[in-house]
Amino acid sequence: MTETQNLTLVQAIRDGLHTELREDDDVVVMGQDVGKNGGVFRATEGLFDEFGGDRVIDTPLAESGIVGTAVGMAAMGMRPVPEIQFSGFMYPGFDQIVSHMARFRTRSRGRFTLPMTLRAPYGGGIRAPEHHSESKEAFYAHEAGLKVVIPSTPYEAKGLLAASIRDPDPVIFLEPKLIYRAFREEVPEEPYTVPIGEAATRREGDDVAVFTYGAMTRPTLEAAETLGEEGIECEVVDLRTISPLDREAIVEAFEKTGRAVVVHEAPKTGGLAGEITAILQEEALLYQEAPIGRVTGFDVPYPLYALEDYYLPSAARIEDGILEAVEF
Amino acid sequence: MTVFDRAYDDTVRVLDEDGEVVGDLPDLDDESLVEMYRHMRLARHFDGRAVSLQRQGRMGTYPPLSGQEGAQIGSAYALDADDWMVPSYREHGAALVHGLPLKQTLLYWMGHEDGNRAPDGVNVFPVAVPIASQVPHATGAAWASKLRGENDAFICYFGDGATSEGDFHEGVNFAGVFDTPTVFFCNNNQWAISVPRERQTRSATLAQKAEAYGIDGVQVDGMDPLAVYSVTEAALEKARDPETDRPRPTLIEAVQYRFGAHTTADDPTVYRDDDEVESWKRKDPIDRLESYLRGEGVLDDERVAEIESSVEAQVADAIDAAESMARPDPRELFEHAYAELPPELERQYEEFAALHDERGDAAFLED
Repeated sequence: MTETQNLTLVQAIRDGLHTELREDDDVVVMGQDVGKNGGVFRATEGLFDEFGGDRVIDTPLAESGIVGTAVGMAAMGMRPVPEIQFSGFMYPGFDQIVSHMARFRTRSRGRFTLPMTLRAPYGGGIRAPEHHSESKEAFYAHEAGLKVVIPSTPYEAKGLLAASIRDPDPVIFLEPKLIYRAFREEVPEEPYTVPIGEAATRREGDDVAVFTYGAMTRPTLEAAETLGEEGIECEVVDLRTISPLDREAIVEAFEKTGRAVVVHEAPKTGGLAGEITAILQEEALLYQEAPIGRVTGFDVPYPLYALEDYYLPSAARIEDGILEAVEF
Repeated sequence: MTVFDRAYDDTVRVLDEDGEVVGDLPDLDDESLVEMYRHMRLARHFDGRAVSLQRQGRMGTYPPLSGQEGAQIGSAYALDADDWMVPSYREHGAALVHGLPLKQTLLYWMGHEDGNRAPDGVNVFPVAVPIASQVPHATGAAWASKLRGENDAFICYFGDGATSEGDFHEGVNFAGVFDTPTVFFCNNNQWAISVPRERQTRSATLAQKAEAYGIDGVQVDGMDPLAVYSVTEAALEKARDPETDRPRPTLIEAVQYRFGAHTTADDPTVYRDDDEVESWKRKDPIDRLESYLRGEGVLDDERVAEIESSVEAQVADAIDAAESMARPDPRELFEHAYAELPPELERQYEEFAALHDERGDAAFLED
């Protein structure tokens, strides 16, 4: 019988790192405060003591250096797992991400590959200081050569992280910090993977398909439950990977319902909702019975926390968006 | 000989740990020295209150400054009102000296956008959270001043960790190339969250990084407000003088210590020893200046008590003022993103306002 532990999402990530460090000597964890401090969110707690400073590495404060040296390590066949402390601080490393991490395989015609996984907590809702709350996953989904994974449950966080670390290509692994400690789940102690590129249906329904991911999965399910009491049945699909998107699952849910709403906390313009809408137009136009709704953050810089609750999609705004699609 | 003609590890000192004079005293009258002391007490008291507001849920995450008052107040005192300050996120004390009301600092950390808006006439840039990102701004702003033939100086604050970032090197390099009137003031408080100074760089000092950019570099005892004042004053004077025969930019490394956590979200006991903290507390910049001023007969128990109660009242008033501000109007989300709202954003605003008019906060906030 498989042993399990009752873990939060951030504990499951820690457990996933622990498992992969143990399974593969080529795995190293690196970043600011990931070593002795155990990570500012405790995602690497205890790993430094167990695996030592050559495998759980405190680096100088330099994001470009962190990503760029991980690129070099990965080119030599290691599997580095660099952490950027908050996704809002990824930009000094952005050049390394788009110019090299995404392109090394292509540029070297397959001689060099980068089996690296760049982790970063992302998203809003925790009353954090400026630049600590943005959702800019669309930047990375836009970049060919990268995979972009966003877990929303502890079990899947561990499995998706393992799949990312073992993947032959570079992965941006964005962790929704709002739900780092929101709930617990039984997580197997043994290694396992959850496949990249596959969406998960969180709730079955015939009236409307609602696509979401990350921290927005919870308020979306809450809205779906409320509407369920009124006889409106939502099919809620958690994308889990936003690059590559699971086109098949997206189209299937839409064909079943003919109506769709996409929910993300990232700004509307250029966000994933637009991409999903385009997929539905390309693949299932004749099934469409209503305009496809978008419930998203607004196209404004993410506010300081006094107003952040007005920025983030609430269950009430999600309900409104779903009703609009259903009542069209 | 100037204060810059010395080895990088030859730390400038004026007062020793006991407040005894060991260097050249700056030209400051007694009242200025008492004002400087009062500001340091004010910054320390403010800091303690801010940490406790955070603990009580009345403020968000806050970065404490205790231990760093000597560097902050000493350096800011050297500025002219027309000079500009380009801070990171921990310079509440320095910004206060340069005219930023405490209420603004409180509002910012309470999550109000208004906190980032310095009053007109207060030459302080907005807080810069991403590490070292403000360094090139300080170079560019000083460059603008130079190009326009103005004689203002610019001081840029950042920490020891920032010297590992590309932005630091690019900003300081530009300053060297274009000889801008910029003082780069490194608050080396020994710790970038959990990473010690020795792990940021193999360089023996941070001051010596100036060498590579061809500008002046000097190390000062950051726990010594008078030494900090002297060095900053000399650097600013040189920055303002287009005829100087030295490089106008300077890198100052102020060696100091953060007594508390990186922010209220951090627990420093995980990564550093109490002994180390205690040994630095014996160098407390406030005690040091107080000992000196008592020795000079400028401060006595009565004056110190007076200062204590006045700073307590000033901080209490600032907290009242900040807490009596209503939550910002949610419509402010859309203000200041552009000079004029683009049509799509105008549409989002209308939708938002209509929903708020109809359903109020219930449409946005969880119960």
